[in-house]
Amino acid sequence: MIVKLSAGFATLCLLTAPVFAQGAAKPTDPQIAHIAYTAGQLDIEAAKQALEKSKNKEVRDFAQDMVRDHTEVNKQALALVGKLKVKPEDNDTSRGLTKQAAAKRDELAKLNGATFDKAYVANEIAYHKTVNGALKGTLIPSANNGELKGLLQTGLKIFQGHEQHAEHVAADLK
Amino acid sequence: MAPERIAFVASVILSLSAPARAETIQVTIDKLAFTPAEVSAKVGDTVEWINKDALVHTATATNGDWNVNIPASQSGQVVMKKPGAANYYCKLHPNMKGRVVVAP
Repeated sequence: MIVKLSAGFATLCLLTAPVFAQGAAKPTDPQIAHIAYTAGQLDIEAAKQALEKSKNKEVRDFAQDMVRDHTEVNKQALALVGKLKVKPEDNDTSRGLTKQAAAKRDELAKLNGATFDKAYVANEIAYHKTVNGALKGTLIPSANNGELKGLLQTGLKIFQGHEQHAEHVAADLK
Repeated sequence: MAPERIAFVASVILSLSAPARAETIQVTIDKLAFTPAEVSAKVGDTVEWINKDALVHTATATNGDWNVNIPASQSGQVVMKKPGAANYYCKLHPNMKGRVVVAP
């Protein structure tokens, strides 16, 4: 088990909350695959909300980039787990991420215009930071299969790129 | 003018009017890395980026001189028109960085 968060789930509404606990037991490959896939899907959903709400070209372009990149990475992830005959396994970390993302989506739904744009992009920076920290600190070191590890390593580079891209967009919105 | 001198002048004129043929310098993009990270070119040469990633990338000069969109699994190119060194990056993944040094 990666984290034992069940008691704290009700209070998990900030991305800074410790979904990825330090010092917990190593996740298995099926759990890692599930977490990585879920993290990508959640960012696609966030981007879709931005595409529904935002009228800012740079924000919309960024959201489209997120949909395209994460769709591609998840396509590769699915192809790999199929090849490795690994069945992604739901777990507390995936559930924690999903719950947090839902809370964030509800929060952003109430905002509009420039306020929404800034909040969405700020959350993209925070979200990618969280996921990148987890990839570096937990998921990559824990992955047993070399190909899964390789995909996660490439994923980390892509998401680090997204984090920097989001920072550029945030700077332009100021 | 002696014939050999005429031939010499003609060859000088020809060599001036027909500069060395422009070359294409290739940079590969694989797993979010430009390889080689630095290339040398001459004015008039083309730099071509071959994208092996299934992701869209760009090669964007930080000085604003050029910007190339490189579709997933395709290539993009730009002719180097000015001498000097230019750092570039991918706008979509700014952690990807490279450099082109253009000789006159």
